[in-house]
Amino acid sequence: MAGQADVNQRPESNGSAGAEPSPSTVRSYLLNCGSSALADRAFSGLMLVCALSIFAIVLLILVELISGSKLTIQKFGLPFFFGSAWDPVNGNFGAMPFIYGTVVSSILALIIAVPLAVGVAIFLTEMCPDWLRGFLAFFTELLAAIPSVVYGLWAVFVLVPLLRQYVDPFLIKTLGWSGIFAGPNYGIGMFAAGVILSVMILPIISSLTREVMSAVPHAQREAVLALGATRWEMIRMGVLRNARIGIVGAVILGLGRALGETMAVTMVIGNRPEIVRSLLAPAYSMASVIANEFSEASDPLYLSALIEIGLALFIVTIIVNALARVLVWAVTRGAPARGT
Amino acid sequence: MASTLMPPPLRAGASNRFLRVVVNHLATAAAVGSTILVMAPLIAIFAYLLFKGASSLNLAFFTQIPKPVGETGGGMANSILGSGILLAIASLMGVPIGIAGGIYIAEFGRNGRLANMVRFTADVLNGVPSIVMGITIYTLLVAGRGFSALSGGVALGIMMIPTITRTTEEMLLMVPLNVREAALGLGVPNWRSVLSITLRTASPGVITGCMLAFARVAGETAPLLFTAFGNQYWSTSLNQPIAALPLQIYVYALSPYDEWHRLAWAGALVLIVLIVVSVALVRYVAGRGVLKGAS
Amino acid sequence: MGVAIEVSDLNAWYGTNHTLQSISLKIPANHATALIGPSGCGKSTFVRCLNRMHETNPIGRVTGTVRVGQTDIYAQASPVEIRRRIGMVFQRPNPFPTMSIYDNVASGLRLNGFRNRKVLDEVVERSLQQAALWEEVKNDLKKKSGASLSGGQQQRLCIARALAVDPEVMLMDEPASALDPVSTAKIEDLIFQLKSQYTIVIVTHNMQQAARVAENTGFFLNGKLVEFDATHKIFTNPTDKRTEDYITGRFG
Repeated sequence: MAGQADVNQRPESNGSAGAEPSPSTVRSYLLNCGSSALADRAFSGLMLVCALSIFAIVLLILVELISGSKLTIQKFGLPFFFGSAWDPVNGNFGAMPFIYGTVVSSILALIIAVPLAVGVAIFLTEMCPDWLRGFLAFFTELLAAIPSVVYGLWAVFVLVPLLRQYVDPFLIKTLGWSGIFAGPNYGIGMFAAGVILSVMILPIISSLTREVMSAVPHAQREAVLALGATRWEMIRMGVLRNARIGIVGAVILGLGRALGETMAVTMVIGNRPEIVRSLLAPAYSMASVIANEFSEASDPLYLSALIEIGLALFIVTIIVNALARVLVWAVTRGAPARGT
Repeated sequence: MASTLMPPPLRAGASNRFLRVVVNHLATAAAVGSTILVMAPLIAIFAYLLFKGASSLNLAFFTQIPKPVGETGGGMANSILGSGILLAIASLMGVPIGIAGGIYIAEFGRNGRLANMVRFTADVLNGVPSIVMGITIYTLLVAGRGFSALSGGVALGIMMIPTITRTTEEMLLMVPLNVREAALGLGVPNWRSVLSITLRTASPGVITGCMLAFARVAGETAPLLFTAFGNQYWSTSLNQPIAALPLQIYVYALSPYDEWHRLAWAGALVLIVLIVVSVALVRYVAGRGVLKGAS
Repeated sequence: MGVAIEVSDLNAWYGTNHTLQSISLKIPANHATALIGPSGCGKSTFVRCLNRMHETNPIGRVTGTVRVGQTDIYAQASPVEIRRRIGMVFQRPNPFPTMSIYDNVASGLRLNGFRNRKVLDEVVERSLQQAALWEEVKNDLKKKSGASLSGGQQQRLCIARALAVDPEVMLMDEPASALDPVSTAKIEDLIFQLKSQYTIVIVTHNMQQAARVAENTGFFLNGKLVEFDATHKIFTNPTDKRTEDYITGRFG
C-alpha cells in the first residue's frame, strides 16, 4: 500500500543559466505569508460600509426634507396638501394645485404612452425581424437616456408651436364642448406637459415591458400555439397573460418617472398655480414649483413649504417605484440593473 | 391550467376561424402601427436635435464664454469646464463607493437578506426625482453657506452611487465561478482575489457602467438648480457657484434671445453625443461578454 | 517532497444533503492515488474537502479531521494558508483570461506579494517545463493570453500555475475529462513524472486512467469509501462485491 519512496529529485531545467531557485525559497516565502484573515475581514467590512451607504442616502434625504419642512408642517399640518391658495406674500400655502398638476399631467402621459409602448413592445418581442430589432432596441435605450432638459428644449421650440398651431385648435373645435379643451390657446399648459411626458416615459415602459415579455418561457408560447392559436391569440394568452403583472409594474414605473420629471415639464407647463378644467390652460407641478421658486424663496416659511412639497414628492415616488419593482421582479426574478 | 390556455371554442363553421384570422391581422397592424407612430416621430426628434445642434456648433462654442446680451458669438466654454469640474467631484465620490457597494452585494452578500435590500433600495433610489437630491444637498451644504461647486458635485456624486452599485454587481456576477475558484485554489487571499482577479476580469463592463452613470448625471439639471446654481463667467473655485452645461441650456432655452437659443441647441448636441457614445459602449461590452476569449 | 494525508471520520454536507459519510483513509506521500466511483458518489466533494474548497460554497459544511503532514488543516490553519500548500487542478481548464501565460503561472506568487523578478522568471520556466508546456510557449510567454491556448495546453498551463507555488500535494479533479485523447495522454505522462515529487490525488471516472497512473485507488459509492487498496488489487481482485460490480461495468 504505502510505498516508501523518498525521492528528492528536482528536475534540471535545461538551458537556464544561473542558479535553480530551490523550491524551498518559494515554499518558505508562502509559508511565511501568514493568514490573511485580518485583511479579508477589513476588506469585506469596507465593502459593507459602502453598500450600506445606499441606506444612508435614503436616511439623509428623509432627515433633511423633514427637518426642512418643519415650519409648514407645524403651521398647516395635513391640510397643507388640500389648500389651493399659493400666496407667498401673505404666507399662505397650499399644495393642491401642484398635486393636481403632477397627477393630471402624469395620467395624461400614461393614457397616451401606455397603449403605444405596449404595442411597440409586442412588435419588438414577437413580430420584429431580427435585423431591425437590434437597431430599434438600441434607439429606445438611447431615448431613455436623453436628458430632461434636452427634451424640454425640443418641446419649447418644436412641440409647443406644433400643438398651438395644429393640434390644439383641432381639439378645441372637436372636444371644446366638454370644457376639457377650451380657453385661450397658448400652446404651453397641462396638455403640452402631458405630451412631452408621454414621449419621455414611453421608452422606459416599452423596454421594461419587452424585458418582462421576454422572461415568459417559450414553453408557454409553444403550448398555446400547439392548440391551434393564431399569433395574436398566442401573444394574448401565452405571453401577455403571464407577463400581466410585470407589465403593470412597467406602467407604474413609467408613472413614477412621470411624477418626478422636472425640467421638461417646467419648461412647458405654464407655471400657474390654478386648478382649471381645461387641459389647455397653464398649470403647475410639484417638481416645477420647486425648480422655479426655490432659489427665490426669501422667507423661511416659503422655503419650508417648497421643501414639504419635495418631501411629499419623495415619499410618493418611493412608494410608486417600490411597488413597480416588486411587480416587475415577480415576473423576471431579479430587477434589471441598467434600465431605470 | 389547460382550460385557461384554450383558444375560444371552435364553433363549427368557417366564420369563427375567419374572425380569428381577421383579429390576428388587426393586432399585427396595431402593433406595427404603434411602432411606426412611435418610432418615426422619435427618430425625427433625434434627427432634428442632431441637425439643429450641428448647425449651431462651432469652435467658439468650446472656447468662449457667453457674450453679453445682444452680441452674437460666444460659447459655453465655461459651462463645459464647470460641468467637467462637477463631474470630477461627483466621480471621485460616486465611483469608488459605488464599485465597493457592487463588490459587496456580488461577492460577499450574494443572496443574503442585506444584499437583496441593498439591491432593491438602489433600484428604488434610481427612480427618485433628482430635484429631491438637490433640496437635500441644499439644506445640508448650501443653506447658510451659499451656492458652491462642491455641493453640486456632491449632489451628482450621490446620484451616481446606486447606478454604479447595480451595474458593478451585474458585471461581477458575469465572471464565471471557475475563474474565482482558480484564484481561491491557489491560496490567494480573498480580498486580493476579488480585486485582482474578479474585478479585473469584469473591468471592461464595470468601467462602461461607470461611464453610463457619468453620462446620465452629466445631463442632470434639477439637482444643480440650487447647489451649483450656475455662473456666467469662468470659475474653478469649489466654494463659488459654477456653470454647468445642462443648467446653461435650461436658462438659455427660456431666454428671449435667439443667440442664446442657438447656444442651447449646440449644448444639447454635446450632451446627446455623450449619451450615444456611452449607451453604444455599454451595449458593445455587454454583448461581447465580460471575458475576452475565455473558454 | 510530498506529504502524506490522513483523513479521519470526514463528513460533508451540501445543505441537508449528507454527501460524504464517515470517510477515513491514509493517502501515502509521493504517490499517485486515484479516486473512482460513479457520478455523484462524492469523490469530487472529497478532494474539495482536502483543500478546504468545499466550504467556499455557502451551504457546504464539513466535520472530521484531515491531517496534511503534521497539520490538522481544519483546526490548525486558515483556508488560505492550506490552499498554498495544496494545489488544485479543476475539471475544466480555468486560466485567468485577462493575464498572459507568464502572468498566469506567476499569479500564485505575485498575488501573495512576491516581487523578485528574477526568481519569478525561473519559477515560471521551471513550472512550465514540469508541465511539459515550456517548449510550446517559451516564445510567447508575455504576448499570448492564457485563454488563447488550446484546451489541452490550457490545462497544462493550469498545472504549471499550481506547481509554481510548490505545493506539497496536488489535487486533480478529473483533469483530463474535458480534453481530447492526445492531451489526455500528455497529462497522464505528466502525472507519472510529478508523483515522485508531490503527493497526487486524482479523481477520475476513467478506470483505465486510474490503472495507468496511480499506485493506490479508492472506490467511492454513495458518499462512502467502499474500498481503498493498491490499484492492481482493486482492478484484479477487489475485496468488496460492489467494487467488483463497478469495475466490471454492472453500473455507473
